[in-house]
Amino acid sequence: MWVYEKKLQYPVKVSTCNPTLAKYLMEQYGGADGELAAALRYMNQRYTIPDKVIGLLNDIATEEFSHLEMIATMIYKLTKDATPQQLREAGLAEHYVSHDSALFYNNAAGVPFTAAYIQAKGDPIADLYEDIAAEEKARATYQWIIDMSDDPDLNDSLRFLREREIIHSQRFREAVEIVKDDRGQKKIF
Amino acid sequence: MSSEKRSFSSLKSYVPRRGLFDPCPPIGYKYYSTPPNLYLGFQPPGLPQFSPQEALKKGTLWKVFYDYYDNPYRKGGKGRG
Repeated sequence: MWVYEKKLQYPVKVSTCNPTLAKYLMEQYGGADGELAAALRYMNQRYTIPDKVIGLLNDIATEEFSHLEMIATMIYKLTKDATPQQLREAGLAEHYVSHDSALFYNNAAGVPFTAAYIQAKGDPIADLYEDIAAEEKARATYQWIIDMSDDPDLNDSLRFLREREIIHSQRFREAVEIVKDDRGQKKIF
Repeated sequence: MSSEKRSFSSLKSYVPRRGLFDPCPPIGYKYYSTPPNLYLGFQPPGLPQFSPQEALKKGTLWKVFYDYYDNPYRKGGKGRG
């Protein structure tokens, strides 16, 4: 069960009308290394991971949903007042004919989300290493979006999200240390 | 940036190999991030913290994990100076 707080984890402000940025941001919305993939991956893996790190996966999955909400807000703000012509110039004509300016779980190239993006191997090391890789890929994606964006306010929010990826990666790396640790077990040599 | 002295840099660069017939002018340096989480291992207790207000803004409570990013290819960016 969740308790919803009706505010964003970090403020989202967009200062320039640039629908092309919305197209780029869709990579973090419905892309392979996006926030939806991250949230669903951890939320599902948490059932079959050692007890000591279930809470970590639960907490990070929950936070990923609040990141998804921030990305959705950015995309919505960047497209809500765009005319069909402006969307076409932004490379979003195909999106428009299918969805109008509704949000959808596509990546930046318009490919719809698939569960094949994520995995649950049931092996704690395999799953945690996938999670670490996912965080680093999401961090890199934020960097490439920041490189493409000239919007200082949007970049401010994106920097916050990138920093969170670094922290998540750190915590998953610590989770690996926890599940591989021998302490508390009798060792016979 | 954290005031702590770090024994590592969080931005690395390399010069891609130049072929004889490369069609485009060289980019110069290619940049990549190596954020602080790669260097610390399990977080030790008692590390310096940001104030709560600052932590909410920066995205981390821990100074050691803060890593500001800006486009390194832009003039005035971290990479090109």
